[in-house]
Amino acid sequence: MAHAYTPGLQVSERTVVRKERRLPLKGEVLIKEGDTVEAEQIIARAYLPGDVELLNIAGQLGVSGDEIKPYLKKKEGDEVKKGEIIAESKGLFGMFKTQVKSPIDGVIESISFVTGQAILRHPPQEVSIKAYINGTVEKVIPEEGAIIRTVATFIQGIFGIGGEGYGEILPVCSSPDETLTPELIPETAKGKVIVGGSFVTYEALQRAVEVGATGVVVGGIDADDLRRFLGYDIGVAITGTEKKGITLIVTEGFGRMNMAKKTFELLTKYAGRRASINGATQIRAGVMRPEVIITQEGEAEEPHKGWETGLEVGHLVRIIREPYFGQIGRVVELPPPLEQIETEAHVRILKVKLDDKVVTIPRANVEIIQG
Amino acid sequence: MSQDKDYNAILATDCGSTTTKAILIEKRGNEYRLRVRGEAPTTVEAPFEDVTRGVLNAVREVEELSNREILEGEKIVKPALNERKGVDTYVSTSSAGGGLQMLVVGVVKSMTAESAARAALGAGAIVMETIAVDDGRLPHEKIQLIRHLRPDMILLSGGVDGGTITHVVQMAQIIAAADPKPRFGLTYKLPIIYAGNKDAREEVKKILGDKFDLHIVENIRPRLEEENLIPARNKIHELFMEHVMSQAPGYRKLMDWVDAPIMPTPGAVGLLVHHVAKQRGIDVIGVDIGGATTDIFSVFKGTFNRTVSANLGMSYSISNVLVEAGLANIKRWLPFDIDDADLRNRIKNKMIRPTTIPQTIDELKIEQAIAREALRLAFLHHKTMAVELKGVQRQRTISDVFIQEAAKSLIDMMSLALIIGSGGVLSHAPRRVQAAMMLLDAFQPEGVTQLTVDSIFMMPHLGVLTTVHERAALEVFDKDCLIRLGTAIAPVGDGKEGEEAVKVELPDQTVTVKFGDIKRIPLEEGQKVKVRIIPGRKFDVGNGRGRELVTEVEGGVVGLLIDARGRPLKLPEDDAKRKETLVKWFESVDMYPK
Repeated sequence: MAHAYTPGLQVSERTVVRKERRLPLKGEVLIKEGDTVEAEQIIARAYLPGDVELLNIAGQLGVSGDEIKPYLKKKEGDEVKKGEIIAESKGLFGMFKTQVKSPIDGVIESISFVTGQAILRHPPQEVSIKAYINGTVEKVIPEEGAIIRTVATFIQGIFGIGGEGYGEILPVCSSPDETLTPELIPETAKGKVIVGGSFVTYEALQRAVEVGATGVVVGGIDADDLRRFLGYDIGVAITGTEKKGITLIVTEGFGRMNMAKKTFELLTKYAGRRASINGATQIRAGVMRPEVIITQEGEAEEPHKGWETGLEVGHLVRIIREPYFGQIGRVVELPPPLEQIETEAHVRILKVKLDDKVVTIPRANVEIIQG
Repeated sequence: MSQDKDYNAILATDCGSTTTKAILIEKRGNEYRLRVRGEAPTTVEAPFEDVTRGVLNAVREVEELSNREILEGEKIVKPALNERKGVDTYVSTSSAGGGLQMLVVGVVKSMTAESAARAALGAGAIVMETIAVDDGRLPHEKIQLIRHLRPDMILLSGGVDGGTITHVVQMAQIIAAADPKPRFGLTYKLPIIYAGNKDAREEVKKILGDKFDLHIVENIRPRLEEENLIPARNKIHELFMEHVMSQAPGYRKLMDWVDAPIMPTPGAVGLLVHHVAKQRGIDVIGVDIGGATTDIFSVFKGTFNRTVSANLGMSYSISNVLVEAGLANIKRWLPFDIDDADLRNRIKNKMIRPTTIPQTIDELKIEQAIAREALRLAFLHHKTMAVELKGVQRQRTISDVFIQEAAKSLIDMMSLALIIGSGGVLSHAPRRVQAAMMLLDAFQPEGVTQLTVDSIFMMPHLGVLTTVHERAALEVFDKDCLIRLGTAIAPVGDGKEGEEAVKVELPDQTVTVKFGDIKRIPLEEGQKVKVRIIPGRKFDVGNGRGRELVTEVEGGVVGLLIDARGRPLKLPEDDAKRKETLVKWFESVDMYPK
């Protein structure tokens, strides 16, 4: 195959970021093209039809479905209040009446004379979407949302949990190989995006939640700590809906892994600036990785070449599987023919210069590091 | 549908979610053989958004490799004009865009809902959820669940013909209230197939007819003791093509090109497995272990079943194998020590970087240990679905029908004659014996069973081809698709270590295998020999305990595997002993490089 390597994660200081913001169903768009928007501004809203409830009228009256008609006090389309009588039996001499009352405030959507059930619908719920990033409205999608454009520092992580959040960047580790421990997290981290180094402990995550931090960005985490923190183990990397109080963005992988130098430097450089973050990850068709976006003034730089042109001699790569997992080196050779590796599989390989030696790695086991 | 016309050249494609694979079959002398194959990236997504681009690219590769001109501009030349130009027929399957995703609704979970799920799975669908009156969810929970799913299609069933209609009508009302939207586009109505009690058709029409694209077919459970899945399955295929696929970019064009309806990829594989079992009159298991899912197909006593374990796979879902199997079950297949946290991290790292491959032998062993567990769990799941009909009245009152019976599984490992493995971890294992051992350890076949793997994942093409030319499909399957690993001889029983479990008399030698051992005897591919298998008195190879069996066995790239490790296969509980045993087995069959 043409791309026998993993394109790296994007880490850019000044790049154009576009975000498509769409309602889950049609509604009203509150902004227009060219408008300047703030990350937390609501830009579109819609009304989601309310949930429905089934009401077993026949069952409560003790009659069959086709017998309920004479007992009905309401008809399809009627609005009802909670406790209002929908059907009533005649009782004995006007006494001992059985009343079927509405369990909710809502509307009677339908009544069936087969099952003897009514379907009641709750009032509609408002759903809205925010701009998520500071920027300008590039295009309005009528009745659905908009595309917001900005120039920003854009950092992709490899895996995350939790949804969208906003907060000031607060680096607490002094180097990309330092562990993020609870002692490093101050009370003042409330509402902020904490930046760690190589590893975050379970206790540090708990501390981040306690102080009310918005998020944590870190190089690595132990799979077992993540399991303890979530209360369950993740089977498939489709995340973003977790409600654990913070958004976590892991930039390198599972285990202790130094945060990539460029990522750490950018996050430190922009300490104190507000960032939009999202932990949502989806690793199947239509890959989605977690991200940190820091809006910048001015224009974008030329996009970095490298991952568009494919793997080339001289590129900086990260090894993403054992036995040199996590190490970074430069490509020194890209032999075209298939070669036999230790497992006896015949695969395309490359040679990478690490600090002290040159190693042979399957091309599938490296990713290009940009910049 | 024309059966077995005198075609000389056949083109088939499978449009997968990432790659479109094309094969060319030609008649040579009196037999059909695979000529060449070509592949190209699938082009359903942006920037191309036209599946036929990828098809044309794959066909161009076939043209180059075969020296046969197939395209004229962007048109497939049909029928063939001469030996160098055109093809006689063209067929295709598709799993692009995530395959066919269905919601299944029935009345009783273990009866009509289960039959409906079987119909959907058999048609090649991914069953997103099964909803039934007695599934333990409250009505509003059912409605909320249906609202949040975005299926391609719904199958509604329930009730026997002439029985009560209330419950199935109630389920129709729940669907109407939930008003689910189709996955692709908001412009078309969601197709619903009604395959329940025929007396409820009018009511169902009233409730669902306006809001949905409602289709009515024969009841899948006309009587409790009868399951009639074919009409529903055919309707699913028809709607898949007309509604779901036609929403995907370029498919309308592709539908004009093909000579048989485009089938969902797993549906086609199932059809092929079914044909093979029928043609040879044997019981068969087929398995396809992918990155995200594991599909199992089986035919026992002529009954076909398919299951999809949606979250058991070797890359995207690898971490879920760990969750479902547990760390201890994965570690038991490893002949070395590894720290728990390290192993968990390695598995999670494969999940987030799914395209990486094992570079070291230990990494390969870990990957193959996980594969054994994924296969074992998928097979357990399959056994619970491939059962005799539940709800068949054996007792006097109807209430007994609703008691959850322990239904009898159709899977009989002793009668199983053939296992077909496919998917990267099996088809591309560096040594073929590794694939054979993974199949043996996960499925634990009993008696005499042939082990094979699909060489280049050609089963979808051949499956859809059975609908236009069964003979060509089966000949190519036999001659070019399968790699014969060999035959396993596995006596059933438990014994003491060192006790003689089985003696196998081959034409040129007699091999005795002790309990707890496995031996590999070379027997070349294509070679068939008569063997006399004499089990120890506590062991059974198909004719009862201690009774000998004379049969013909076929060789393969691995040969004969005489597996006297016992059934069920047990690993020693003592850790050091377990590791020592694994090393002994691995060395005995020459599984890994020294």
